[in-house]
Amino acid sequence: MPPVLRIVDLTVSFSHPDRTIHAVRQVSLAVAARESVGIVGESGSGKTQVFMAAMGLLAPNARADGHVLFGDDELLGLDAKRMNRIRGSKLSMVFQDPMTSLTPHLKIGTQLAEVLVCHAGKSWHEARIAARRMLERVGVPEPERRLNQYPHELSGGLRQRVMIGISLLCDPMLVIADEPTTALDVTVQAQVIDLLGAMRREVGMAMVLISHDLGVVADLCDRILVMYAGRIVESAGAVELFRQAQHPYTAELLKCIPGLSGPLLERLPTLPGQPPQPGQTIEGCAFAPRCARAAARCRTERPLLEGLGGADAGGHANGGHARRVACHFPLSL
Amino acid sequence: MNDLLLQVAGLRVEFDARVALCDVTFDLFAGETLGLVGESGSGKSTLARAILRLVRPCKGAVVWRGQDLLSCKSAVLRGLRRDMQIVFQDPLASLDPRMTVGESIAEPLRIFEPDLNADARRARVGGMLQKVGLTADMIGSYPHEFSGGQCQRIGIARAMILSPKLLICDEPVSSLDVSIQGQIVNLLLDLQRDAGTAMLFISHNLAVVRHISHRILVMYSGRLVEIAPRDALFAAPIHPYTRALLAAVPSGVPMQRAGPMPPVPLKAFAPRPPGTGCAFRDRCAYALAVCAEIVPPLEETVPGHWAACHRARELVEPV
Repeated sequence: MPPVLRIVDLTVSFSHPDRTIHAVRQVSLAVAARESVGIVGESGSGKTQVFMAAMGLLAPNARADGHVLFGDDELLGLDAKRMNRIRGSKLSMVFQDPMTSLTPHLKIGTQLAEVLVCHAGKSWHEARIAARRMLERVGVPEPERRLNQYPHELSGGLRQRVMIGISLLCDPMLVIADEPTTALDVTVQAQVIDLLGAMRREVGMAMVLISHDLGVVADLCDRILVMYAGRIVESAGAVELFRQAQHPYTAELLKCIPGLSGPLLERLPTLPGQPPQPGQTIEGCAFAPRCARAAARCRTERPLLEGLGGADAGGHANGGHARRVACHFPLSL
Repeated sequence: MNDLLLQVAGLRVEFDARVALCDVTFDLFAGETLGLVGESGSGKSTLARAILRLVRPCKGAVVWRGQDLLSCKSAVLRGLRRDMQIVFQDPLASLDPRMTVGESIAEPLRIFEPDLNADARRARVGGMLQKVGLTADMIGSYPHEFSGGQCQRIGIARAMILSPKLLICDEPVSSLDVSIQGQIVNLLLDLQRDAGTAMLFISHNLAVVRHISHRILVMYSGRLVEIAPRDALFAAPIHPYTRALLAAVPSGVPMQRAGPMPPVPLKAFAPRPPGTGCAFRDRCAYALAVCAEIVPPLEETVPGHWAACHRARELVEPV
C-alpha cells in the first residue's frame, strides 16, 4: 500500500536581507495509511515547518525545495485552487492554539458548515446538520446550542474539540496535529488525546502529531521521528524508542521528563547547552557540541540517517519502517 | 523551617460579583517551597496576585511576618514588596521591550537601593546575570534578542536581585521546551538555596511540582481542595479531583497512561454561586446528595494532610 504522505529531501529556508536561514534540511519521511507518527523536537527544530511546507502555509519569505507527495499529487508548488481542494478536506490540520485558529466573529456552526459547503458541495442546511453530528461525535455537550455560539464562549478544551471536528468533517486521509494539547490543562489534555485516538480508530485516518512533549506522543503514536536542528536524527517505533533510544539527543530528551513516580531528584535532569542558532553554519553533527559521546569525527563529518542494520532493525514489526538513526556512535553499539 | 512567613486566611476575591477565590487559607514558612496546582481558571494566578495585592481581595487576610498586607498603607506595602517578588509565565511579555536587559534587572535596585552608584549597580547586575547563567556582556541587549528560556532567566534575575524572602513563580516553565524547563527549575532551586528564599510555585506540570515542592496545594474552582506534604499527595491523594489530576498525566510510556481516564464528564467550567455545595460534584465519581447541599470544609483528614471532601475519611488509603 503506497504511503498517504511522502516527503522527499525537503528543505525549507527563509530569506532575510542579509542571510538565508535553513529551518528544515533534507528531510525525508513517509506516513502510511492509518499510521500515527509523532514528530518530536525542541522549538526551532523545524518540526512545524516541515508540515507548514506540506500544507502550503509557509511564510512569504520562505522557500521549500524537494517533494511533498500526497497520494499522487505533488503539493510543493501546487496552484492555490488545487491546493485548496485538498487542504481542509483530504489533508487537514489542527493547530496549537484553539482560540486563534477559529475565526472570532463567526459562529461555531458557520465555521463547521462552511467546510462542507466549500469542499463537499453541500447546502448550508445539510452542512449544518452534519456539523451538529460532528460536534456530538467529538464529545461537545449541547451541540445545538454550541452551533450558535462564538469561539470566545467556549473553553479551551471545547474549542480544541471543535477544531478537531472541523478537521474531520471531510473524512481526511491524514490529519496533522501541531501541539494540539499544549495550551490545555492536564485533565483536558488527556481527554483530547483520547478523542484523537478514538477518532483515528473510528475514521481510519493517518495522523501526524507534532509535539515537544514525549509523554503525549507516547500515548498516541505508533512511530516517532525525532528532529534536531532541521533534520531527523532518529526514527523508531514508539515502544522501541522508549525502550532504547539510539541517538544521544533522544536519550537526553527522555531523561528530561521528570516522573510522577520513581526516586525524587535533587535537581531535574537537563540538557546542557543550546541548540544551534538558526542560520548558523553546522559542520559535522549539529548535536555534537552538546553531546557527551562526541568524538573528533562528529565535529567534521555529518552522520547520515541510516538503518541500524542486522536482523533486529525491526523492519517488519514496524510496518516496513526500519529503525534509523543519524549518529556515528548509536547508543546500542 | 518553623519561621512563619506568610499567613493567608479566608481570602476571597470577586471580579464583577463572580467569585474567583473563596475562603483560601494556608501558611507558608521561611525557605519552604509550596507547589500550587489546579486547572486554568481555578484561581491560581489570582491567588498569587492577591497575596501581592495586585488584585484587591474583598475578604480575608494576608499576613506577612505579622503585618496585614491588605490593610496597610500603600507606602508601607511598597517597602515590604522588596521581599516579595514574582516571575511570570510569559518571559518575553514580562520584560519591557524598550528597556535593555541591564535596565530591567537594575530597576528594583534603583527603587530599593537608591544610594547605590552606577558602577556598583552595574556590578550587581553583571553578577546577577552570571548567577542566572547568562554573561555580563548581555547587559546592553534588548529582550527580543533572547530566546524564551533566556528571557525567563532575565525575569528571574530581576526578581532575585534583591534576595527576596518570597518568590512567587506563576507557571515559570510552562512556555518552555522540556529540555529548558529543567535548567530553569534547577536555577530557581540554586538561587533559593543561596538566598534562603521561600517559593510559591504555580504550575500545571505535576511532575515538576513533585520534584521541587515541600508541600502542595491543590486548587479547584477558586477553593483549596487539598493540602498535603509532597510524598503524601502523590502516594495517597485524598480528594477525587487530585486523583483525577494525577491519573490524567501522560505516562511517558507508549500506549499506557498511569491510570484509567478519570471520570471527568465534559462540562464547560462555570463558577458556581457560593454556598451551593462542592464545585467538583458534577465531575466526581464519589458524589453524594450532601455534596450538592454543603460546601465541604477543608479539614485535616490525616495529620498534616488536609482535604475538602465530604468523603475524605473514606478515601484515605489504609496505611
